[in-house]
Amino acid sequence: MQSSGSPSRLSVTGSELVGPYTLLRLERGDLEPGMPGQFFMLEAPGRLLPRPFSLCLAPPGELAFLVDPIGPGTEALCRLQAGDEIGVLGPLGHGYRLDVERPLLVGGGIGIAPLPYLAERLGGASPVVLGFRSAEYAEAAALLPGAEVVIDPVLVTELIEPGFDVFACGPEPMLHAVAALCPTAQLGWEAPMACGYGACYGCVVEIDGALKRLCLEGPVLDADRVGAHVEAVA
Amino acid sequence: MRILNASGCLDALAAPDIARQLDAFVTKTVTPLPREGSAPPRIAETASGMLNAIGLANPGRDRFLAEHLPRLGELGVPVWVSVGGFCADDYAETCSRLSDIEAIELNLSCPNVDEAADSAAEIVAACRAATDLPLYAKLSAAHPDVAEVARAVAAAGADGLSLINTLRATALDRELRPVLARGSGGLSGPALKPIALHAVSVCHEATGLPIVGMGGVQSGRDALEFAACGAHDVALGTVLFADPGAPVRVRAELATACVDAGVAKPEDAGSLAKSPETVRKVPA
Repeated sequence: MQSSGSPSRLSVTGSELVGPYTLLRLERGDLEPGMPGQFFMLEAPGRLLPRPFSLCLAPPGELAFLVDPIGPGTEALCRLQAGDEIGVLGPLGHGYRLDVERPLLVGGGIGIAPLPYLAERLGGASPVVLGFRSAEYAEAAALLPGAEVVIDPVLVTELIEPGFDVFACGPEPMLHAVAALCPTAQLGWEAPMACGYGACYGCVVEIDGALKRLCLEGPVLDADRVGAHVEAVA
Repeated sequence: MRILNASGCLDALAAPDIARQLDAFVTKTVTPLPREGSAPPRIAETASGMLNAIGLANPGRDRFLAEHLPRLGELGVPVWVSVGGFCADDYAETCSRLSDIEAIELNLSCPNVDEAADSAAEIVAACRAATDLPLYAKLSAAHPDVAEVARAVAAAGADGLSLINTLRATALDRELRPVLARGSGGLSGPALKPIALHAVSVCHEATGLPIVGMGGVQSGRDALEFAACGAHDVALGTVLFADPGAPVRVRAELATACVDAGVAKPEDAGSLAKSPETVRKVPA
């Protein structure tokens, strides 16, 4: 982990709606953006525990996170306004390895979150395929101009052609399906986390056949490392 | 007043710089055999608290002693080993194999295991016979009379008390199903503080033993309140998850809180508060 101290206090520089999601922009402060797929713990105002988010975009001087308002913590984050301050810890965990030949980015729903920064770090010309549950959610595809988009009941995995080095992030069934199609894919998982730095043992998933902490081992894992015991964030 | 971590709330090998902020590091509970722990989901946030059902995940006694403890010894922080088990002999055997640590904390109160343990006093007595290291008995406030348990473990040879462990609790999701795979878990965080302060107070009155107070300590003021109730030391648990810098912060805030309360040091706050059963009674 990068820091042994308290989370950095970062000011909100703005937020904007992207379909049903909110893109929350923070001043970067003394934090590094890290590798795509790494994550940050964001203080959720009024809540006891911070929430984990992968970095969505790294504009100059800023860190931007895509927030899906699914509960009281994420809703509080979506209500933040320019000038508000929150505590931020990171970057944490292991992100995507970028040394591949034929990248293909695959995202499902809020799993689009780490892909814009990943695309930027890969050089911007990588093909992207995205799947969403509805047209409203699919508005988030605006974060990745040029992406191919499908809407439920069409599955994003139907767009994956052989021969690519797949980077994926999305709901658990999608990741299992990607893993079955592309055994060498790099998959970004999520799990409930209280701390993000290995202290709470809350985020275990089945990795290499045993329950291990996703925050330390992942959240990006090679497809062949993950077993069945992965749970979606409530 | 020393600042420790609550057992199971910090991995000193994963975050050594955070452990070094502490006056002593308390390990996750070690059991005789390895335990993979509970299936996920294991945690849930609640109003003023959180639930965990980690299930005493640990590498087991042999591997802990061979691989983990030597590395913990290199951190430069005094180490307390939290010992767990399912009968008195389990605890005593682990205690007999520990040395070169500052203290042993006997976890007599994990809410996340089903197996019935021997009585707290029996376990402490067996451990007392097995080691000369300081023994702290970690008790649950779920007992109807925690002071009675405290007296019993004191008589059995405990050198100190750790108060309190999490309390068994349940949280439901939007579909009214338990959030935790295990169904229930241990409640921690600010919701516990009033319960913990009471337990510290009555156990202090009952035994006079050194007490590590824990349960919802978020600030220096909280730590001072534990001192006022008779705690010698405090341990940080849930607060570490949101703020890994909490040990340094709480220590600094504690100094300020002493000034605000008009006491020279935290220990002096103990004279300000007595048992909630004996003070605050309005004379007839």
